[in-house]
Amino acid sequence: MTGYLLRRLAGTVPVLVLISLLVFLLIHAAPGDPTLMLLGEETNAAEIAKAKARWGLDQPLYVQYWKFLTTVAAGDFGKSFKYAEPVTSVIRSRLPATIELAFFAIVIATVLAIPLGVWAGARPNSWIDNLGTTCGLFGISMPSFWLAIMLILLLAGVLNILPTSGRSTYGIAGPEQTGFYILDSVMQKNWRAVWDALSHLFLPALALGVNMLGILMRVTRSSILEVMNEDYVRTARAKGLREKKVVWRHVSSNALIPVITVVGLELGTLLSGSIIVETVFAWPGGGSLLITALNARDYPLVTGLVLTYTTAFVGINLIIDGLYAVVDPRIRY
Amino acid sequence: MQSLTLESATEKAPGALARLLPRLHAKAFTGGLIVLTFVLVGVFGPYLAPHDPNKQQLTAMMKPPQGIGAVHVLGTDNLGRDIFSRVIHGTRVSLLVAFAVVFVSGLIGITLGAVSGYFGGKADFLIQKLVEVIWAFPPLLLGITIMAFLGQGLFNLILALVAQRWIPYCRVVRGQALSLRSRDFVTAAQSLGSTHGKIILRHIIPNLIQTSLVIGTFAMASSIIAEASLSFLGVGVPPHIPTWGTMLADARIYISTAWWLPLFPGACIFITVLGINLLGDALRDILDPRLKRTGSGL
Repeated sequence: MTGYLLRRLAGTVPVLVLISLLVFLLIHAAPGDPTLMLLGEETNAAEIAKAKARWGLDQPLYVQYWKFLTTVAAGDFGKSFKYAEPVTSVIRSRLPATIELAFFAIVIATVLAIPLGVWAGARPNSWIDNLGTTCGLFGISMPSFWLAIMLILLLAGVLNILPTSGRSTYGIAGPEQTGFYILDSVMQKNWRAVWDALSHLFLPALALGVNMLGILMRVTRSSILEVMNEDYVRTARAKGLREKKVVWRHVSSNALIPVITVVGLELGTLLSGSIIVETVFAWPGGGSLLITALNARDYPLVTGLVLTYTTAFVGINLIIDGLYAVVDPRIRY
Repeated sequence: MQSLTLESATEKAPGALARLLPRLHAKAFTGGLIVLTFVLVGVFGPYLAPHDPNKQQLTAMMKPPQGIGAVHVLGTDNLGRDIFSRVIHGTRVSLLVAFAVVFVSGLIGITLGAVSGYFGGKADFLIQKLVEVIWAFPPLLLGITIMAFLGQGLFNLILALVAQRWIPYCRVVRGQALSLRSRDFVTAAQSLGSTHGKIILRHIIPNLIQTSLVIGTFAMASSIIAEASLSFLGVGVPPHIPTWGTMLADARIYISTAWWLPLFPGACIFITVLGINLLGDALRDILDPRLKRTGSGL
């Protein structure tokens, strides 16, 4: 088990190096010149040359890549063109917002999807199954950014009950400690700020979580359907256990194993979804930062963000694999 | 695992099938009808649209929907362009892009998957490394990166969407090719002196069509959403081409004042994708129930 995980961990290194190469090449295949973009079209040749030398853009490509790879491996992504700050610190200031958003999206999705899926799977073709299946289908077919827009339109524009942009109302939250607003406010016992942060979080998290909700519901349902035919379920029934107990104790605990994998797999979709949902809700996380950085052709920042997201995704998959083995003792590596 | 599922399926066959069939037909029928409608709208779009989708009419800006029979059925946008005509033209572009993406990714994925599974060895190793690297990108992120650096345009967009979408084909096809290559009919073909290319083309690929069809349906749904997402972010279709995604991007700043701007293009995406997913579900249930476990079909 440990050996397997270590092997997997070692296997991710070449993948990450190749990813960095791919990103590096893509950036340099771009038509626009970042120096012109940053200094404006009116700059004279000497200034351009000076700027290029300062950023190392006058070096041959392989020298730039090698320099880039060695600094990145040391955990240094360089300085952002736009913010004139180290990329790592820019990203670090934005990541808590994305993690907070993704976490609550997962919570909303699982809390709604798993009971619905278990219910639907335990009683195939009943009204609850029809409702669940329809929800699942709607969930997977819903473009999250359109749902985001519609939620803003309905809940904020017409009913005017929830805020639609940003993470908090100005002046309510106390000083930042961890960067996770809800956690910070709870630690400071500032309940008004907790409520404020939650009300800002709800709509984006719902919009982001809806695809995962649909997929989780469908997977839970089909997984339950499959387990319902197992021998030990029949045994449990034959013992005279009540149906409720059979479903929740015997069926669910076994059927939920594939669901964990799907949560892991869908985290990638969630990360990408957060880019677009953050943009709609002006959520100050890594996703909206990426779009800003792309529009400014801020190469170091884009590279840093893409590599951070990809590394996170690779890491999550690794953790999920390990978790899978813990949950299902039948799995041996 | 597989044999187990198959056994239990045959055990409950009579009752289950009787229950399944009407539902299957309802799914296939509804999904098929939705998809067919949008495809027809896409094909005959230029004849159906009452106005030029890009014609600006500054005297008729921001008109709310006027209902069937009126000049602007679904209203007009901030430049006085007719929403109904734009939605129709958007259907054409969105579906064309999605079809192209599914076709090209299928071609690449099936070929690489068949080669990878049939030959094994070095080819398999290289192809699987490529799969691993590309699959390590969160979906959409690679698309966004490619588009951002190569620039907007239909060709780049298709390239950016294909970049990851060939992988599900490749994975499933590789698995099946692995098991097919040791089957008797392949051994027979080999001993009769068939070339590898011929075996792959004649004996391996025909056996993979059904599964690929199911994957393709779901890839179509995800391509439509991805195209709209990229266009919405401003890195997809160039802004002068009306698509559902660019319409939503234009609508963003007017959300609070003009509900009809985001409603119609988004509803088109949702309904089309819903129809395709319904059709995909039905196809999968009929052709390849083994794919069911993944939930999204991918």
